[in-house]
Amino acid sequence: MAQRAGRLYLRAFVGGFFVAVPVTVTVLDRVAYVARVEGTSMQPFLNPEGVSACDVVLLNRWRVRNYEVQRGDIVSMVSPKNPQQKIIKRVIALEGDFIRTLSYKNRYLRVPDGHLWIEGDHRGHSLDSNSFGPVSVGLLHGHASHIIWPPNRWQRIERSLPEDRGPLLSAHAAEEEEEEG
Amino acid sequence: MFGRALGKALGLVGYTVQYGCIAHCAFEYIGEFVVCSGPSMKPTIIDNDVVFSEHLSRHLFRIEKGDIVIAKGLSDPRMNVCKRVIGLEGDKVCTSGPSDIFKTHTYVPLGHVWLEGDNLKNSSDSRSYGPVPYALIRGRVCMKLWPPHSVGPMKESPTGRIIKTKPHSDWD
Repeated sequence: MAQRAGRLYLRAFVGGFFVAVPVTVTVLDRVAYVARVEGTSMQPFLNPEGVSACDVVLLNRWRVRNYEVQRGDIVSMVSPKNPQQKIIKRVIALEGDFIRTLSYKNRYLRVPDGHLWIEGDHRGHSLDSNSFGPVSVGLLHGHASHIIWPPNRWQRIERSLPEDRGPLLSAHAAEEEEEEG
Repeated sequence: MFGRALGKALGLVGYTVQYGCIAHCAFEYIGEFVVCSGPSMKPTIIDNDVVFSEHLSRHLFRIEKGDIVIAKGLSDPRMNVCKRVIGLEGDKVCTSGPSDIFKTHTYVPLGHVWLEGDNLKNSSDSRSYGPVPYALIRGRVCMKLWPPHSVGPMKESPTGRIIKTKPHSDWD
């Protein structure tokens, strides 16, 4: 009796396993991902207390399935210097924008097609486009939509560009003028 | 009666979700069939060939020099390119053409690969757009499946552009 119950349990467990693993993997790949933010490159917005308390963010993977992002979004990307590492930074400029860089080899540049210019909020303490240049949109991993830990910092992340960072000439200038008018 | 129909509908949705997820995992982590187009990999791969691109090597970081890979486009991630890996990070690659008198070289930066098509005369690759980040690689082409007369594993590079690194045995 006990042997039969044990075998039934094993079959149910294995069957459930083959359902749970693919569904979980698909959800993490396509829908949403939860990630702990390490480092100080996005201070003071993320990780304001530094190493003692790390923020945990919800990354929306469904939002970037068509590689659509906007200026001011916080996104996670695969690091162009290390494909095993992900970085979280803010999108400053899209393809076609003409920008002034902070510490890149060229003072001004046009962001090439299919690329983004990303920067960390904490200037000088951030490994971002100012060191490795524009990053390809194909490296996009997810869009950080909410901070979900610690509970006192629970909030929806709104899109915002630092005042002095932004395109000098934007490829989408016509659309912006229509919105303001 | 309505309850039974709803139960069956939910069951169907459940099965669809389950098999959809299994299909996603198979295509993402095991491999996929790719129909190639374009002249940049002649004579190894020609227009309308069907190849199988396996994704295990890419996820396990075992792509090697000389592998043919499918990668997302550098300037348009919705397009895929099929090229051969000429150099991995840290490797020396030749940036001058075969007909140039003075040969120039460069080293592939960290986290990137250098891709070139086998048909050097008609291929837009790293020689024009520079090294490609490793994470844009989708998979390694391991077998050709169509047309039937050329089914089998992929051949080695016919261009001789891969610079082989000497093993450290100079002082034997």
